[in-house]
Amino acid sequence: MEHTIFILALPLLSFLILALAGMKLPHKVAGTIGTLSLATVTVLAYVTAAQYFGAGRGADGLFPTLVPYNFTWLPLTESLQIEMGIMLDPISVMMLMVISTVSLMVHIYSFGYMKGEKGFQRYYAFLSLFTFSMLGLVVATNIFQMYIFWELVGVSSYLLIGFYYTKKAAIAASKKAFIVTRFADLFFLVGILFYGYYAGTFSFEPDVRLLFSAGIVIPVALGLMFIGGAGKSAMFPLHIWLPDAMEGPTPVSALIHAATMVVAGVYLVARMFPIFIEFAPQVLHIIAYVGAFTALYAAVVACAQTDIKRVLAFSTISQIAFMMVALGVCTSDDPHAGGLGYMASMFHLFTHAMFKGLLFLGAGAIIHAVHSNERDCMGGLRKYMPVTHITFLIACLAIAGIFPFSGFFSKDEILTACYSYAPMMEVFMSGVAGLTAFYMFRLYFLIFWGKSYYESQLALFEKGRIEKKPHTPHEAPAAMLIPMVILAAISCLAGFIPFGEFITANGEAYEIHLNTGVAISSTLLAIIGIATATIMYMKGQNKVTLTMKVRSKKFIQAAYHRFYMDELWLFVTKKVIFRGISRPIAWFDKHAIDAFMDLLGSATQTFARQIRTFQSGNIQSYCIWFLHGVMILALILIFLV
Amino acid sequence: MNILNLFIVIPLIMLLALWASRNLRQTRSVMVVGSSLLLLLAIYLTTDFIAQRGAGADAEFLYAASWQWYAPMNICYSIGVDGISVAMILLSAIIVFTGTFASWRLQPMTKEFFLWYVLLSLGVFGFFISTDLFTMFMFYETALIPMYLLIGVWGSGRKEYSAMKLTLMLMGGSAFLLMGILGIYFGSGATTMNIMEIAALANIPVNVQYIFFPIIFLGFGVLGALFPFHTWSPDGHASAPTSVSMLHAGVLMKLGGYGCFRVAMYLLPQAANDLAWIFIILTTISVVYGALSAISQTDLKYINAYSSVSHCGLVLFALLMMTRTSCTGAILQMLSHGLMTALFFALIGMIYGRTHTRDIHELSGLMKIMPFLSVGYIIAGLANLGLPGFSGFVAEMTIFVGSFEQPDIFHRTVTIIACTSIVITAVYILRVVGKILYGECRNEHHLALSDATWDERFTVICLIICVAGLGIAPMWVSNLIDGGVGNIFTILHP
Repeated sequence: MEHTIFILALPLLSFLILALAGMKLPHKVAGTIGTLSLATVTVLAYVTAAQYFGAGRGADGLFPTLVPYNFTWLPLTESLQIEMGIMLDPISVMMLMVISTVSLMVHIYSFGYMKGEKGFQRYYAFLSLFTFSMLGLVVATNIFQMYIFWELVGVSSYLLIGFYYTKKAAIAASKKAFIVTRFADLFFLVGILFYGYYAGTFSFEPDVRLLFSAGIVIPVALGLMFIGGAGKSAMFPLHIWLPDAMEGPTPVSALIHAATMVVAGVYLVARMFPIFIEFAPQVLHIIAYVGAFTALYAAVVACAQTDIKRVLAFSTISQIAFMMVALGVCTSDDPHAGGLGYMASMFHLFTHAMFKGLLFLGAGAIIHAVHSNERDCMGGLRKYMPVTHITFLIACLAIAGIFPFSGFFSKDEILTACYSYAPMMEVFMSGVAGLTAFYMFRLYFLIFWGKSYYESQLALFEKGRIEKKPHTPHEAPAAMLIPMVILAAISCLAGFIPFGEFITANGEAYEIHLNTGVAISSTLLAIIGIATATIMYMKGQNKVTLTMKVRSKKFIQAAYHRFYMDELWLFVTKKVIFRGISRPIAWFDKHAIDAFMDLLGSATQTFARQIRTFQSGNIQSYCIWFLHGVMILALILIFLV
Repeated sequence: MNILNLFIVIPLIMLLALWASRNLRQTRSVMVVGSSLLLLLAIYLTTDFIAQRGAGADAEFLYAASWQWYAPMNICYSIGVDGISVAMILLSAIIVFTGTFASWRLQPMTKEFFLWYVLLSLGVFGFFISTDLFTMFMFYETALIPMYLLIGVWGSGRKEYSAMKLTLMLMGGSAFLLMGILGIYFGSGATTMNIMEIAALANIPVNVQYIFFPIIFLGFGVLGALFPFHTWSPDGHASAPTSVSMLHAGVLMKLGGYGCFRVAMYLLPQAANDLAWIFIILTTISVVYGALSAISQTDLKYINAYSSVSHCGLVLFALLMMTRTSCTGAILQMLSHGLMTALFFALIGMIYGRTHTRDIHELSGLMKIMPFLSVGYIIAGLANLGLPGFSGFVAEMTIFVGSFEQPDIFHRTVTIIACTSIVITAVYILRVVGKILYGECRNEHHLALSDATWDERFTVICLIICVAGLGIAPMWVSNLIDGGVGNIFTILHP
């Protein structure tokens, strides 16, 4: 497994090359460097996976945990040190495949999407940096290494969201994304500090006796770490950065804000799962409730958005929440007895990465064709973009959970896991899944069906109402279509992967079997969602839609404004922190502390000016002062001595 | 001859040569040759020190030597270095070297500027190599006085006011110091001024320690921007010319932390243990307060000055947590802050030199106009907010992990409060980056400005390499300083 080092080294190398010499390279060369290195990484990741899973289970019936590289990077205390290394276990190998696949697709896709864009080389440099950091995060051998790469993915995300750095919205969004996640990382860091101190190690396999003796601190530390994960994975109320992050180039949204970085929080919880389940099952259940609420919230908001990327962003939040719920409902690490959620969560992570990546790439192709994010500028595109249409439909069916697409299988496992935790949870999550089907097909119909915006504009142009001839929507170039077709194929087939054979909470093989009741009910709900969307949106705005709109205008408005969460955050940051704390402190510094120092200075000066009159050069006054002095001294001598 | 003497001799020769130089060309060559020599010497000293330690030289101070120069007070010119001072000397040499290039085009009176500049560096080097309290104090003063002239003559804005304020406040601090030094001298029986000997005697009565620990800590703390004695720093930095800001924030403020560690805590360990809590509170305030006030500043230099208050506060904070790891972290933070702030001030100076404004509301869209400087600024910013791969991260993490070794509720609480600074730092850094570098340039006069010249590029690249080097391979530095920290640590925790 020595070749795994190249999985990290190659993206880093291509980042360094592109960052240092990129601006001098022609676009094609820069893109090729990035893509080739990523292609190699993908091959290596698949080779690693084949070798790892191919080698089979060890004598204990588990896949071994391999650590081909590990060295002490920074010794801190006698027991604590920061190590850097590569750890291979089922979930990290699975993540390697997911990340390298999606990243490679995005690299190829960007050739078409970013063609001719200024800063093309910089774009590929940042993509390489991101891929390096994300791969480093998943293979981390200890929590501190994870934190280090966690910060690095954060900054790559910052740089990529702000790629169009002259665009105001992009600047604000990148700043917001970084600061919100940093705020969450503060809790993560404090959690790590607690964990490190009481466990005596940063590794994922601490001495269990030490943890037992630490008592309540360990659940607290794990809870704090989860807050960090919630920041990256956009759980309510830390989700506010993700919709804004859509200001970045669309392939970036596909890679970072749909498939890989945003699931880091889920990965973190999965990584710490053995400790969670043993020491903090109550924290896991809190995670489940946070996830369930987030799933519903994001799904409702997604129904009211008009920007297609925003819809996808909220759908991402909702789907990640599904993964969180699945982890949270675990009550043991045995998949046969309450531990199914772990496997379901990882399965959904895998399938979601593929179909959500595909949805974003499709959205990118559409935006590329109509030059707008707004659904009003779309409609009837299925004639103009057949391939995009089909792949997008596949992804929609997958996310809606329709047999035999991949989302059906993973979602079914999640719902089964919820059912074994509490039937109410299953009902609730099935409802959210139905809502998911509804808003995804609403999006699908608004984009590809209904009245064509282009045709209506063209008609207006022919009548002479508008001056400019509208731009004909066109199918995306091959560089963009190929990745979409590949991802669509994976989305069709991934459901048949016997996932439980490879990844379960306790490492033992588990044969996935469909729970018929859950499968039927969830499929029914999904079909109801799709049917509703079909009735409401297939032919454009019709009566049903309009009455709905009028009846619940306020609610739709509120959902469109994401229930005013952003306004709340803006209030806290702008009004409370900036105006309420920072300004007064700066004022206090200038007008109290500094003024006191100035006062000392001016008091000295005033005093000096006062006593300066003694030195008047006037002999008579000197004599008088002298006589006074003599008299006082004489009196003192007489009376005191 | 003792190699450490060269750190005094080279600046002295440079002073003479500068005095004799007749034109700009000669002045520049003297500076380049001299500062490169100092840098090479510092690098040699570092490698040699590591080699000697590796070979088993376990004396507390290596290269120790002593010459008496005033017998009645037992004042000696005693020198010697441990790992901490070696690290500080290396830092100073790097900053002096890069500062030379940062003031390459300084006008007018270049020669006079460099004269004071070299005198300042002489004081700094002297301070770090001395092991005699009085000699140390003398060099300390030598470093402070040129600051007045450098700011007062070559500064900008309200330079006379700032220079005066800075000098008076620091002189106030040194008055405390002098008192403290005499207190230690007489407290330990008035037989020696040598730090090692005083530490070995360990006979200063506890009640004397209680009086003089706060005095000395405050004296050095003023230079380390301890709340509420930090207000000289924003004004001073804002008025100082670029290389003076670099040297000041990069090195001079480290004299404060170094002194607190070497004199206050090392020689008065009992009081340090008992009274640390007072100063922990003050430094915690420094850390958060400095960061919060940086958010609402509008002048680039003020922002970084307040950021320095926060970061230097963290240095003193970590020292006072008094675990071995946190003290190592404090030294790392000194190095890291020195390099990062020098980089920041260098970049701000370069931007100011072109745009003639430091107001963030008047600057915008610089990324398109001066890409090199802007990228440098972003890197400096990311380093400052503690991105892994840069020195700040290593230092902060060492400090926080070290501080967590103190398990009681008080230390835990203040540590967590101090941790919040990593978020606040991100806020003010990204605010500035977003405002001045991104977006479209609104000021048409700025459109025609040029990007960095070769000397500026050289300065920036050197410093970035140092910051990244310390961030990627921190182990050799932490090994270097660990011995020195260990010695002091054993005295603090007998």
